[in-house]
Amino acid sequence: MTITKAPTLPAAMAGDRFAPILAGLSRWRVPLSLLALCVLPWVLPSQALAVNVLIYGLVAVGYNLLFGYTGLLSFGHATFFGAGAYTTGMAISHFGANWFVAMVAGVFIAGLLALVMGALAIRTRGIYFAMVTLALSQLVYYTALQASSWTGGENGLRGFTVSQLDFPGFSVNLLDPVEKYYAIMVVVALALWFVSRILNSPFGAVIEAIRENETRARACGYNVERTKLVAFVLSGLLCGLAGTLSAMHLAIVPLDSLHYHTSGLMVMMTLLGGAGTFFGPFVGALAFLSMEDVFSLWTSHWQIIVGSIFIIFVLYLPRGIWGTLMALGRRP
Amino acid sequence: MTAPILSVRDVGKQFGGLVALKGVTADFHAGQITAIIGPNGAGKSTFFNILSGALRPTTGTMRFQGADMAGVPQHQYVHRGIARSYQITNIFPHLTAHENVRVAAQAFRSRFDIWTDRARLAEVSEKAAATLAAVGLADKAGTLARNLAHGQQRALEIAIALVADPVLLLLDEPTAGMGPEETREMVGLIEKLASSRTILLVEHKMKMILGLSDRVLVLHHGELLADGTPAEIQANPEVRRVYLGQSDGYA
Repeated sequence: MTITKAPTLPAAMAGDRFAPILAGLSRWRVPLSLLALCVLPWVLPSQALAVNVLIYGLVAVGYNLLFGYTGLLSFGHATFFGAGAYTTGMAISHFGANWFVAMVAGVFIAGLLALVMGALAIRTRGIYFAMVTLALSQLVYYTALQASSWTGGENGLRGFTVSQLDFPGFSVNLLDPVEKYYAIMVVVALALWFVSRILNSPFGAVIEAIRENETRARACGYNVERTKLVAFVLSGLLCGLAGTLSAMHLAIVPLDSLHYHTSGLMVMMTLLGGAGTFFGPFVGALAFLSMEDVFSLWTSHWQIIVGSIFIIFVLYLPRGIWGTLMALGRRP
Repeated sequence: MTAPILSVRDVGKQFGGLVALKGVTADFHAGQITAIIGPNGAGKSTFFNILSGALRPTTGTMRFQGADMAGVPQHQYVHRGIARSYQITNIFPHLTAHENVRVAAQAFRSRFDIWTDRARLAEVSEKAAATLAAVGLADKAGTLARNLAHGQQRALEIAIALVADPVLLLLDEPTAGMGPEETREMVGLIEKLASSRTILLVEHKMKMILGLSDRVLVLHHGELLADGTPAEIQANPEVRRVYLGQSDGYA
């Protein structure tokens, strides 16, 4: 989508012109994102990058449900991503579980941890909420570091390669990058559809109302704390799912996946793409990982460049890439 | 006389060392408009916050339609039939006017459904549209709440409370910051609403209160100074001394 600001064109006309496009984008958001995901490995420099975009895109979408739509800034979501990954890895390596069982277990444990962390954190607001989630997630990080006989400690969890997914009638070879990409894509697409349902649902309206005005939402008859907790758990489940996919993809769980750097990454990707928009977090993950891919070839200090770009966005384009495009298109 | 809809007994509120409200006792009957007046700091807001469940009283009891409201969480008040509007406009700024009212109406239908399409709750949407029309905002349904004019935001504020179809409607300075024309429209709206429900309002505009209310409560330093018809209140020498006398500008 190109947005040209032709000075001769009356602004109102421009708005009229883009309005149907925006309405179409919103209405067809699931099929459109599917299409974009299908072509992704062929337009990006490598299939590995495309898989990363899928996984981190899903993480950011899950994070955005809490941050962008419910208005809660969590710095502890690495826990759910890491828990999903570790549980899947441990289920396979320690218990010899089937890949599907391992994935379900990963999502379940992530959801359970989200329930506990959420129940403890939602009593607080703003910076205190961020700090409580951060502290709890660091607790999980150090537990994983200490329990090295289970988690591999500093070296991360290894030794659980899943090379083939068997279904009745067919199987997917995970050693083939293209097959692996599309297998993961199917899961991510289902998750996106789920998120789209949530956002369109009555519950989606309630979390937005809470983000907009918590006091009024309570006066309107909503149990704000419980609603926040449900949003927190849903968000944790999605991040956990991304974690299990990451474990299957890498066949290793780095300890870093539990570190608060990972939580920070989710905040950055979501803000970069546009918090509170459906496509934004995915666009943010794509932009961030592409920048990392390109700039890290030039210099080992690529984080300086990405960091600067991030600061520019926060200062001048707080709506993020996608949010800004939407705002330009909507301007009357 | 029939049983009161709302019965307040010896209700008080203390914030640390500050006593904001000292033992207020009053009964409120169905179909009346009652105004609560008093100088700044008289305890009107505290009283309102207790009636709407935002604050717990430190002393006393409150019974609504016969039920004790102690221990009822604030979000349940609107489900029991008490809705309020706010003095400082308290809306959902980045949602459309229609969505502001629709989400308030939805609380009576669906709160934790994450699967159905919300557009399917057609009756919720229609109720919101009807309520918007009732407060004169039918043509602003698609406008973001933050882009509405002040008077329109005040009307939206009322609509959010009204869509709950409350038995008791609490209006905290419904005409705050309004010009004479907008105030007249708001008075018309309140009179229309009063035909079917009980209304309590906090106001500063004396002329408006005296014309509109069936009954006036005067709070002063957290205490109930007087309780009577507008005529009685106007004639009350003590009220004149503490309130009416010093606010000629309002009269």
